[in-house]
Amino acid sequence: MQYTKQELMAVVLARMSRGAESIAVGNSSPIPAAAALMVYAQTNRETIISILGSFKYNKLFTGGIREQYDFAARGRVDIQFFGGGQIDGQGNINLVGAGSYPRSKIRFAGSFGSALQYYLGRRTILFREEHSKRTLVPQVDFISAPGTSPPNVHRLGGPIALVTGMCVMSFDKEKARFTLRSIHPGYTRKDVIENTGFDFDCPADVGITPEPTPDELATLRGFVRQEVAEVYPTFAVEALLSEIPVVSQSSSMSAQQ
Amino acid sequence: MKPRKTSLVVDSVEDLIDCIQDGMTLVVPADYGGSPAEAARALVRKGVKNLRLIGGPPSGYVAELLIGAGCVSYLEMPGVILGDFGLAPRFREAVSQGKVEIRDSTCPAFHAAINAAQRGLPFMPMRGLIGSDVLRYRPEWQVISNPYAGKEADDPIVLIPALVPDVVLFHAIYGDRYGNVWIGKSFEVMAMAQAAKMAIATFEHFFEGDLLEDKHMAPSTISHIYMSATAHVERGAWPLALGAEYPVDAEHMKRYVELARTRAGFDRYVDEVVRGKQRAA
Repeated sequence: MQYTKQELMAVVLARMSRGAESIAVGNSSPIPAAAALMVYAQTNRETIISILGSFKYNKLFTGGIREQYDFAARGRVDIQFFGGGQIDGQGNINLVGAGSYPRSKIRFAGSFGSALQYYLGRRTILFREEHSKRTLVPQVDFISAPGTSPPNVHRLGGPIALVTGMCVMSFDKEKARFTLRSIHPGYTRKDVIENTGFDFDCPADVGITPEPTPDELATLRGFVRQEVAEVYPTFAVEALLSEIPVVSQSSSMSAQQ
Repeated sequence: MKPRKTSLVVDSVEDLIDCIQDGMTLVVPADYGGSPAEAARALVRKGVKNLRLIGGPPSGYVAELLIGAGCVSYLEMPGVILGDFGLAPRFREAVSQGKVEIRDSTCPAFHAAINAAQRGLPFMPMRGLIGSDVLRYRPEWQVISNPYAGKEADDPIVLIPALVPDVVLFHAIYGDRYGNVWIGKSFEVMAMAQAAKMAIATFEHFFEGDLLEDKHMAPSTISHIYMSATAHVERGAWPLALGAEYPVDAEHMKRYVELARTRAGFDRYVDEVVRGKQRAA
């Protein structure tokens, strides 16, 4: 069955997120939003999910955005997703810019909530579609949030995995190091090594990332595609394969925010 | 007593932003919660300079527009992003070329700083940050040892200084004749208004009656005691979404991103959309 890279990544993120009580999706995160919605559908809408920028999928937080940070600060977010202009082999993330600071040669959007949430979310899955030496670097140029912290620093969680358009890696916080876990169909171990800027462990028995099942694709292209379009209309249409048009939701929603 | 329209409610967006002067510290909320897009266009038309813009996080279209138009000399923010439409071209160029002094922050630090000001406190402690470059480039942010952790314990924690903006500018969903405005679930905007020296707002719908006397509306209403001025401006958040009132104008935003890639394209956008001059193609 044909599928897009984004669909495979969303499925991988969703499988990793099963069993979470609560899932938080931040800014500029269409693939994680799709994954969260997929888990929501698969758990018969029992998982607590929040998608930044969505009204429907923030309805549990009646106190606005500040309540969401407070919820996270009390350690109630089980799974969250962070991208990164740069991600390094120690799990440090850079959302600010490449080159010197503050006059970044290539400026990214900014750190957003990461400088708090990376410490306090229980498990963070790093995601980055582009798998290249440009994005996966030996050392980030700016630490928006560190991958690990000394034992005296209050920290409830951190990165557990990195999912790219090419592979899945796990993160060991004791060693502050990634290990290759599976390679997406169509890529080889050599591709991963040649396109990763940092050192990582590479066991001999690394398998292929299981492809999306027909059930998973049906959920993505049905429920998820419809719902994710509220915040990510372009992504819904371009990344999730379906012939059925996305229906605008604005008319069906209540008049109040 | 006859209902009165108080002097708080002014006639136009131009009158509303009259109080915003060059060099002021201005806070605006995020694109998803009451972004004052039409008021920002009015600021560009007024030609305000040297604003110290602090993004009620994250920043988006309004920050991008004010930066592109040369209204901002200092920017403090956890991020500038145009939602589904990607990175903000004028912001990126201004930062890379050093045209704007920049302080990178993180969203909860903004809320902590506002929360402190709202309560009349000098600072608010905040977790996270330690070991990040966000903290390294903010030498004014003090790190102390948590005094309640016990004598032997070593528990460092950051203190975020209070932020008292000169002016907070936002777009509310309802406003009444008394200068009260209703913000739905965007309680962070209420906090900003209470923290600032001045709060001014455009509002989408005129509310007949007193928002403070409506038991369903009152809890999400910013009382006029915190407001300096309001103005009724329909589609005041356009081209951004406003709650469930209207969705983002995707075609417009795509065109903006396309034009703003170059300085000339941005200038054309300002001429056509902000100043309303139609140009032959």
